[in-house]
Amino acid sequence: MLAWTYAKITKRPNLMVFRIFVHLAAVLPLAHLLWDTWRGNLTVNPLQDWTFRTGDWALRLLVASLACTPLASVFGFKQAITVRRALGLYGFGYALLHFFIFVGVDYRFAFDLIWDDLATKRYILVGLAALLILIPLAITSTRGWMKRLGRRWKTLHKLTYLAVPLAVIHYIWLVKADLRDPLLYASIVTLLLILRLPVLRTQISQFRQRLSGKFLH
Amino acid sequence: MKIPSSEITPEHIYHARPQSRRRFLQTAGLVAGGALLSACAPSYVEPSPTPIKPEKPVTAGQTDELGDAITGYDAITNYNNFYEFTTDKQAVARLSAGFVAEPWKVQVGGLVNNPKTFDLDELRKITPVERIYRMRCVEAWSMVIPWSGLTLNRLLKLVDPKSEAKYVRFETLLDPTRLPGQRDRSFPWPYVEGLRLDEAMHDLTILATGIYGKPLLPQNGAPIRLVVPWKYGFKSIKSITKIELVADEPVSLWMKSGPSEYGFYSNVNPDVSHPRWSQSSERRIGEVIRRRTLMFNGYADQVASLYAGMDLRKNY
Ligand code: HEM
Repeated sequence: MLAWTYAKITKRPNLMVFRIFVHLAAVLPLAHLLWDTWRGNLTVNPLQDWTFRTGDWALRLLVASLACTPLASVFGFKQAITVRRALGLYGFGYALLHFFIFVGVDYRFAFDLIWDDLATKRYILVGLAALLILIPLAITSTRGWMKRLGRRWKTLHKLTYLAVPLAVIHYIWLVKADLRDPLLYASIVTLLLILRLPVLRTQISQFRQRLSGKFLH
Repeated sequence: MKIPSSEITPEHIYHARPQSRRRFLQTAGLVAGGALLSACAPSYVEPSPTPIKPEKPVTAGQTDELGDAITGYDAITNYNNFYEFTTDKQAVARLSAGFVAEPWKVQVGGLVNNPKTFDLDELRKITPVERIYRMRCVEAWSMVIPWSGLTLNRLLKLVDPKSEAKYVRFETLLDPTRLPGQRDRSFPWPYVEGLRLDEAMHDLTILATGIYGKPLLPQNGAPIRLVVPWKYGFKSIKSITKIELVADEPVSLWMKSGPSEYGFYSNVNPDVSHPRWSQSSERRIGEVIRRRTLMFNGYADQVASLYAGMDLRKNY
């Protein structure tokens, strides 16, 4: 195992550096949040800080995971594919933490209150839908499940195209005044989904190839 | 309003000279941990006619009438909703630091017999009061704040409302150069709020000019703001320049920008839900565990009668 990893590193050092960087970037926000909590750097409403910051990073990482395929297929940044799964799983991890803060820490499992929120707040409902959709995707993200499901794996994992937009809607619906951030996410996600349309994908990559061809000659 | 006798400050304290009365309050606050004051509902502290020296807040260690501790001054002055500066609660204190609130005039008019424009000194001369109130934000967080100021009914009696006056309309300063948030066109500035006349005349309703015995800071609505403790915080309009008695229900800024979410009454009510925040529970700043929200923010005994026979789900 070690020898294999070593071989991989020596063969493609840049790729390993890139992957290590991505893993660090995904773990750092949690470390930062723990540090701020430890040092008392949070606001006077610390639980809200936890809710907001875990929610923000869940969404960012899920969007980043969604960006990997177009980055590779359209823009030729093939290495992106190697971190797609990790980014998705990190995003799911933050979302899970976000959810447990809500249910376990904030509401202390007071299910009457939780039920009340679920029934009266559409943003909670779509957030929960997004999280529930991500559960089977996280479970089947291993190589073993990939083999077992074969072609159906790909179909199943297209559910991210539903989960991430739902998370964005969750954000749009919970914001009181300043819609700029959620709308920014909405446009990025829309773009990332549009770039998957076969027509666009082939057009853009052909155009790119033509461009690079010109430069070569 | 009739104040139960238990709430009235004992006579020997009431008649004492201001100086010694103040000292008594300090001692009460420090030694008895506010036990005497917490017997009051709500905490009516007879005011000292001279402004209290900022260095020694009389309120240290006090509680409200339910025994809830006063929120720290730092939290009260650094976690603010004041969209005239920014929508970022943590940034209001910094961005409002240069706001000059003096001189200031409050124009009181409309359907009144004696319209009058008050400056701050004139307002300070009106019998001062001190009150410890819970402040419940619609965003499901709350604080306990020791205010000083005057009851709104005192001011309104001075201008003598006409019989056609049924509502009171309040307006915040409109000046985008001093209140940069007003350049954000997504809100129909200026901030407007309103009360029914009986709500405005209620003894719990005050115009605050200070917190913790110190003059209001810009982030808290300097130099003068409304405080209606049984309604969500946004009803307690800040930096008021205009008070008008009117015949028809005023349309507030929040009613204009989110009619389905924010009604005219906006009484704290755990049974009327909001699409964003839990109204059945709240986070008291300084505490981790959520508390259940009380009907009328715990002031039901004093104010529920104002709404007798009204459907509070419709009149949210
Ligand atoms: C994939 C799943 C989810 C994602 C990506 C997500 C993302 C977010 C984001 C970006 C925010 C706003 C943070 C900010 O304003 O800075 C947020 C807030 C919030 N989310 Fe989620 N969320 C998810 C699922 C959930 C679930 C399942 C719940 C509860 C059942 C939930 C409850 C909340 C709450 C209570 C807030 C704060 C609302 C407020 O106080 O205004 N979220 N979430």
